[in-house]
Amino acid sequence: METFVRRAPRAAALVAAVVLLALPPFVSSFMLSLLTQALVWAMLAMSLDLLLGFTGLASLGHAAYLALGAYSVGILTTRHGANFWTALAVGVLLAALGAAIFGLVALRATGVYFLMITLALGMTVWGLANRWVSVTSGDNGISGVPRPRGLPFDVSGALPFYYLVLTAFVVAFVILWTVVRSPFGKTLVGIRESESRMRTLGYHVWLHKYVGFVIAGAGGGFAGVFWAYYNGFVSPADSELATSVEILLMVALGGRGTLFGPALGAFVIVLLKNVVSIYTHRWLLILGVVYIGTIVYAPEGIIGMARDWLKARGRAQLRPAPSP
Amino acid sequence: MSLEFFIGQIFNGVSYAALLFLLVGGLSLIFGMMRIVNMTHGSYYLLGGYVALTVMWRGAPFILGIVAAAVVIALIGIAEWNAFLKRLSGQELGQVLTTMGFALIFQDLGLIIWGGDPYTIKLPAMLSGSWEVGPYFFPVYRVFIMGVAVVVALTLWLVLEKTRLGAMMRATVDDPEMARGVGINVHAISMGVFAMGAVLASIAGVVAGGFVGVYPGADFEILPYAFVVVIVGGMGSLKGALVGSLLVGLLDNFGKALFPELSYFTLFAPMALILAVRPTGLFGRV
Repeated sequence: METFVRRAPRAAALVAAVVLLALPPFVSSFMLSLLTQALVWAMLAMSLDLLLGFTGLASLGHAAYLALGAYSVGILTTRHGANFWTALAVGVLLAALGAAIFGLVALRATGVYFLMITLALGMTVWGLANRWVSVTSGDNGISGVPRPRGLPFDVSGALPFYYLVLTAFVVAFVILWTVVRSPFGKTLVGIRESESRMRTLGYHVWLHKYVGFVIAGAGGGFAGVFWAYYNGFVSPADSELATSVEILLMVALGGRGTLFGPALGAFVIVLLKNVVSIYTHRWLLILGVVYIGTIVYAPEGIIGMARDWLKARGRAQLRPAPSP
Repeated sequence: MSLEFFIGQIFNGVSYAALLFLLVGGLSLIFGMMRIVNMTHGSYYLLGGYVALTVMWRGAPFILGIVAAAVVIALIGIAEWNAFLKRLSGQELGQVLTTMGFALIFQDLGLIIWGGDPYTIKLPAMLSGSWEVGPYFFPVYRVFIMGVAVVVALTLWLVLEKTRLGAMMRATVDDPEMARGVGINVHAISMGVFAMGAVLASIAGVVAGGFVGVYPGADFEILPYAFVVVIVGGMGSLKGALVGSLLVGLLDNFGKALFPELSYFTLFAPMALILAVRPTGLFGRV
């Protein structure tokens, strides 16, 4: 039993990997599409987790980076025939640049102020997407985004595209995992726990937060690139406030500070939104209940609940057996 | 750019600012007092409009519509605060997600009860039409909105600055712990201010229903504006709410008229600049 407690997380990860790798050729096209979508949002949620879970900075404007990445792809592929690598590079760089600029303003504050300032900054991107019609086509959005071109294999089919996104997800995960396990990542956690302590210890707190902020933004842009390719369509809705809040929900629901958690949270929310809406018109209501339920019943998220459950089982093993 | 254009834009900007002030006046104090990030604020605005509509459809006059909206939304706001928000003090993420949940629930309830069609609130005869002053036309209704905002602003200012209750409110904004230590019933005051903020938002919703209309999605449309005004004006300050509303109202109108392609940008970018210089907003007290 003890070994179960210790091995459970690794086993769960393994099961997830097998499912994501081997199952897709056998599922319906609807489910395949959902899985692809979930992977994109999982990347987005993980990038926010770097900021929220590991550095302790709750941002209400993360959708801005999704939009920056998505619009890069939208504009470059429909108007300039750009290939995948160009669009990807521009998308990630533009998002990183956006984060670099926004970070200078946002990181002057913490807590509620940081929340509000990131909201406002996210709104500037939304505003541009909505009104700068000559560039973004405003409300109409940019449609007709083709599947990625310029790759050694053809990804226009749903299944190859899924595996492309899965590869992207793995790349994003590995990069973020490395960042998080590095001394830099540990410093971020230290900053989350106590900025003043880290400052006393001699760490350059602002610089660490800034670099983290830019990496998170770049990650968001990375996800945004695949979001545009997945949808074939980019619109201002990608940058609206409700989208930013939804990413926060995914991180909170899954369990912040774990990378796995937000990915899981993304899967749950994507599946919930798409499957529930088949059975009822009232999916907004249900989503709202999920928002509230998460905070009331699972503030540490699903991973948090799983951890507590495992800990309780582990403790049960250590209790001395009753005397015969 | 003629004088006519300027005067027209200034008038529109100020009347929009009046609407924003109604929406935001309470929000700024709520922020200051409880640091609550309330995504449901837009819902109070929209539901206020819907309640007034329902009441007026049954034949009640405009003024009764406003009163009904205020009462219903006050109750909803107090219920939400008591059941959930009170416990989440200090947890910004929790507040954002919980209030967002309620906002979504209210949005769906709005769809269930009133359907997806947009409505306008019928204005009483004496408030429709416009006043002609030389070459300018000033819609009476917009002047009415400005009047309401001025009355509300004056009342709030009088209460905050000249009454004992106001002093207690300001004390709670500046330092809730000390206020509690001095014997101020922070709990009651917080609840009262929260209710007041919700009521003002609902009145804004009714009033806006007369010219923008009441429709699904208005709640999330107005929310960023509300937050921007509070951020720019500074949290916890009535003067900040006033100045912020004026700034946003004027910038929005001039921006839309002069640079339509960048109109949202001309609004949010100066805001970001102000924040870059003063992260707590122009007149922030917290």
